[in-house]
Amino acid sequence: MKVSTKLNRDELHIYLDGELDHSVAEEIRTQIDDYIEKNAPTKVILEMGKLKFMDSTGIGFILGRYKKLRSKHIPMFIGSPNPQIDKVIKISGLYSIIPLLR
Amino acid sequence: MTNYMTLRVKAVPINESFVRGVVAGFTVPCDPTIDVINDVRTAVSEAVTNCVVHAYSGSGEGDILIEGVLNDNLLTISVSDYGKGIDNVEKAMEDFFTTKESEERSGLGFTIMKSFMDSLKVVSEKGAGTTVTMTKKLTDVEH
Ligand SMILES: Nc1ncnc2c1ncn2[C@@H]1O[C@H](COP(=O)(O)OP(=O)(O)OP(=O)(O)O)[C@@H](O)[C@H]1O
Ligand SMILES: [Mg+2]
Repeated sequence: MKVSTKLNRDELHIYLDGELDHSVAEEIRTQIDDYIEKNAPTKVILEMGKLKFMDSTGIGFILGRYKKLRSKHIPMFIGSPNPQIDKVIKISGLYSIIPLLR
Repeated sequence: MTNYMTLRVKAVPINESFVRGVVAGFTVPCDPTIDVINDVRTAVSEAVTNCVVHAYSGSGEGDILIEGVLNDNLLTISVSDYGKGIDNVEKAMEDFFTTKESEERSGLGFTIMKSFMDSLKVVSEKGAGTTVTMTKKLTDVEH
C-alpha cells in the first residue's frame, strides 16, 4: 500500500495505491492524518484510481477520516473507485455523506 | 469441475490478503466473471479479518482453517477459528453492529458476506471458536 498526496490550491488529493485492508489501515491512518494536519486543506479528495481492493476495514477507515474532517468543517470526496470498491461503498451508504467526485 | 482445498494459517494480518488470493485462485477453473471472483475475494477477506481482529483479539496467536469445495459451479467456503467465539450471533450479524467501535470498525463485515455470497451460515461457541460457511454459484452454466 502506497500513499501520496498533491495539494492543488487548498484541495488535498490523497492517492491510494494497493489494497486497503486491516493489515495496512493503521499505518496509513497516521500517515494521512499527518498530511491533513500539516496542510490544513479546505477540501480532501480520496483518489482511488490505483486502489485495487478494499473491504469493510476501508469503510471504517474512510468514516474515521470523515469524522475528523467534519469536526473542522472540511468536506471530503471520493474519486475513481473500481467496481469492487464501489460495491463495498454502496452497501455502507457512505456516498450520502462522502460524495463521489465526477 | 469438482475440487477441494484446505489451508491452515496463523491469525496474522498479512494472511488476510494471502487467503483471499488463494481462494480467488481456487475459483478460476470454473471460469467465473471478474465481478464474481471479486465478490468471493471480498467475502473471504471479511471472514479472515474477523478471525484476526475478533477471535484472537489481534494477538496473532491462533490458527485459521479455510476449507473450500467446488462442486460443479457451486463454491462452498468455510473459515474457522478456535478463538473466543461470539456472544450473540444474531446480534453480531446485524448491519452496523460492532464490538470494536474504538478501532474505527463499521460493523459491515457480515453484511458484506451475506450480500456478496448466495448463503451465509455462522456457528459459534463461546470460548471454542467460530465457523463461517458461505456458498456461491460461480457461473450460470453447468460445467
Ligand atoms: N470470528 C469471530 N470471533 C469472534 N467474534 C466475531 C468473529 N467475527 C465477528 N465477530 C463479532 O461480530 C461483530 C460483527 O462482525 P462484522 O465483521 O460484521 O463487523 P466488525 O468486524 O466489527 O466491523 P467491520 O467488519 O465493518 O470492520 C464483531 O464486532 C465481533 O464482535
Ligand atoms: Mg469484520
